[in-house]
Amino acid sequence: MENLNLILPEIFISLSIMFLLILGVFKNDSSKITFNLSLFAILITAIITINETFSVSRETLFNESVVIDHMSSLMKIITLIGGFLVLVISSTYLRTFKIFNIEYPVLILSSILGMMVMISSNDLIVFYMGLELQSLALYVLATYNRDQIKSSEAGLKYFVLSALSSGLLLYGCSLVYGFSGSTNFDIISNQLNSKEYVLTFGIVFILVGLAFKISAVPFHMWAPDVYEGSPTTVTLFFTIVPKIAALTVFIRFLYVPFLNLIDQWQMIIVFLSIASMIFGAVAAIGQTNIKRLIAYSSISHIGYTLAGLATASNEGIQSSIIYISIYVVMNLALFSSLLMLRRKDQYYEDIDDLSGLSKNHPLLSLCLLLILFSLAGIPPLAGFFAKFYVFKAVLEQSMYFLAIVGLLSTVIAAFYYLRIIKIMYFDEEKDKYDTEHSLWLKFSLTVSTILILVYFIFPSQLIELVSRINII
Amino acid sequence: MNFPILSSLILLPTIGALFLFFIKEKEGNNTTIKYVSLFTTIVNFLISIYLWIAFDQSTSSFQFIEDRTWIEGFINYKVGVDGISILFIILTTFITPLCIISVNNSVKNRLRDFLIAILIMESLMIGVFCALDLVVFYLFFEAGLIPMFLIIGIWGGERRVYSAFKFFLYTLLGSVLMLVAIISIYWITGTTDVVQLYEIGIDVKYQNLLWLAFFSSFAVKTPMWPVHTWLPDAHVEAPTAGSVLLAAILLKMAGYGFIRFSLGLFPVASEVFTPLIYTLSVIAIIVTSLIALMQEDMKKLIAYSSVAHMGFVTLGIFTLQQQGIEGSIIQMISHGLVSAALFLTVGVVYDRMHSRLISTYGGLVSVIPKYSILFMLFALASLGLPGTSGFIGEFLILMGAFKDNFLVAVIASIGVILGAAYMLWLYKRVVFGKLINQDLKKILDLNRSEYFILSCLAGPILFFGFYPDPLINTIEVSVTDLINMHNTNIASK
Repeated sequence: MENLNLILPEIFISLSIMFLLILGVFKNDSSKITFNLSLFAILITAIITINETFSVSRETLFNESVVIDHMSSLMKIITLIGGFLVLVISSTYLRTFKIFNIEYPVLILSSILGMMVMISSNDLIVFYMGLELQSLALYVLATYNRDQIKSSEAGLKYFVLSALSSGLLLYGCSLVYGFSGSTNFDIISNQLNSKEYVLTFGIVFILVGLAFKISAVPFHMWAPDVYEGSPTTVTLFFTIVPKIAALTVFIRFLYVPFLNLIDQWQMIIVFLSIASMIFGAVAAIGQTNIKRLIAYSSISHIGYTLAGLATASNEGIQSSIIYISIYVVMNLALFSSLLMLRRKDQYYEDIDDLSGLSKNHPLLSLCLLLILFSLAGIPPLAGFFAKFYVFKAVLEQSMYFLAIVGLLSTVIAAFYYLRIIKIMYFDEEKDKYDTEHSLWLKFSLTVSTILILVYFIFPSQLIELVSRINII
Repeated sequence: MNFPILSSLILLPTIGALFLFFIKEKEGNNTTIKYVSLFTTIVNFLISIYLWIAFDQSTSSFQFIEDRTWIEGFINYKVGVDGISILFIILTTFITPLCIISVNNSVKNRLRDFLIAILIMESLMIGVFCALDLVVFYLFFEAGLIPMFLIIGIWGGERRVYSAFKFFLYTLLGSVLMLVAIISIYWITGTTDVVQLYEIGIDVKYQNLLWLAFFSSFAVKTPMWPVHTWLPDAHVEAPTAGSVLLAAILLKMAGYGFIRFSLGLFPVASEVFTPLIYTLSVIAIIVTSLIALMQEDMKKLIAYSSVAHMGFVTLGIFTLQQQGIEGSIIQMISHGLVSAALFLTVGVVYDRMHSRLISTYGGLVSVIPKYSILFMLFALASLGLPGTSGFIGEFLILMGAFKDNFLVAVIASIGVILGAAYMLWLYKRVVFGKLINQDLKKILDLNRSEYFILSCLAGPILFFGFYPDPLINTIEVSVTDLINMHNTNIASK
């Protein structure tokens, strides 16, 4: 008998989804209660995850098709926390647009479930199932504000391109299956060797599909449009939560089934990383919409995470995970402050709307200042340490070119972060924004900003947590 | 473990800044915030004086060392001072209160934010001078960009945005390469602790590249020709207190970095690249002096003179002679005092006339005599007249240079003459001559706080000009030891 306790979080969350759907159907006016219950469900899932799986070093279930290890439990917890915070700060926004319905929390929960399956997958089929579950939920979420053309356009675009990439991914999977005779990662790992040239195609297809999911250059084209068009809270969800899951899968693919083929994929990852870092930095310069700008900035941040993966070392993987965790906190803070730019039920998302913010809202702009400097990687803020660990791992493998290109692109990236700061601090002020915000929004902004600011005092804890992850 | 005196020096201004953050700013009533910040910085100055008294001048090893684990198994938070760094710390704690007093006259809006920025800046600068771990050093070195960017950008003049961006991006570009070098050093030697690195040394085959990476950062920050162009822009647009901080202390970080890291960690590479430094320094001295002669704007003129003076400093450091390095350190201290004083004197007339153009002025001597006398003293100190601290530094540097390379020393000496030319010409045009501009007749002489600040600066300039022993005694053992270490390293290779 399998030890089902290990997948209790997934079981619990799927039961909650069904329950919430039924509740939503049978009870009138149930949007508020579903919303609160789903928050509660995420919290309980997180607690179960911590209790049941956190100390498990490596266990497999169901003919080794599901794996529970340190990486999966940590990433699940980050996903759940991210999902919780996104959900909790989106209520005011949804109410403003009158889309505060039961579907929203349910869709978020089901995409989280998909991600948890992805994170734990040790088998091509399980992986693909999880991927499709989360993608389907995300397509709907992108169009969630269905009265707006932009939102529908974003959803459609995302659906078409994402379906294409899933197709590529599936084709790659079938090639790999053809050569190895199994869908299990561990067996694939033993069967594969680099002599089969057609196999390289399989790997490339899979990597392309995954690169699409994390929006690495040159498969990033959907990101700016989708980020701009989707409702802001959904954009926030897009920029953090699916990235965590996709990154985990990325790590899992590279270092479990394809471990023996490092020579084949290392160049690809280095290329993806360099292209994303440079392109993300350069393309963001001309943007006027904050959400588009964040899209490009997240592309370049993904470039740095990939730099850690390209090293083919445990330190590299750990540094990538540290990077993505700090990135989650920074993005959460950034979006929380973006959601505060509200005036009479209208949200503002152009960079020019920030003009002179520091005079009317000194605290909010101070938080934004810290967040932006942190995103730019200026010490002593958390963003610097994220980059520092990545480049430490990169330089350990003597990949000087990657490190130097990466650091030079931080200088380019610094330019557009500085431009926002310039607009906030040096330009003329505009009308005041509303100062009434929900408690949770204030909470998430304050906590994440404080985390960014004081991370340098306690840098060891996060490292300790991550250092248990040894994939290779 | 003794009382962590260095950490308290670093932390105290930040605590002051936090305190300011929580004080509510009242319209028109800024006395509380001013007194709080002044009090913090003066206490800090007193602590640093105590540090100097308690400092043992007979040894070159680091003192008041604090060593704590910071990132498990990787980086230690390690600070300590030796004869070289202690002077810079005192310079920092001495200049900052003067900046804060001068703020009264020049900064009109958002005073509280300005003082917070200055206090945080002080913390970071002291941190730079006592960090004994490369990563800790880098952290303090880079973090300074944030407050300085805001100081220039918020409180600066017309082209402040352009200058702030230029300042930030130039220095960041220089520094990222240093970060690569620092991490590489960790992987080559297994530590980033400066004291340990002094002992183990770094393999010769890596030294050249690492030296260049550090150089790229320090050269921008010094600034050396041809990457000096951010400095005049930043200076001109920064408010007076910002210019003072920039000229007096920020520029010294790089000079200090050259001595502590480039010479100390990469002795062989330092020898290899001495011709490069000589060339750049000599060009800086001559070219920027000539540029300074052409300036219409007083602040720009002083900014270019700073570049020239820093050219002397880099020249002196890489003579690798006792006199040269001692001269460089004294020149840096002296330039810290003199350039601060000059920017403040320009600030005084700027606050009254709102013009930095030389042509606005002329004949000031007949209306504001006190000002003119102090201005003369600082101008003479800047050109290195015997009896002022500027002379000691320049003289020692040239002495070291003559020992090492005759040609370079001769050309640098021409720079001294040019220095005298632009300073005296500036003084003549501003202070002497006929009083043509009628507005100047109503100009007021120094008020009490200005008089106090400028005399505070004039005192040490004259004192160390006549009696430099306290400075030389402090640095002597450390410098001798540095050179000995350097020579043994070279000999063993």
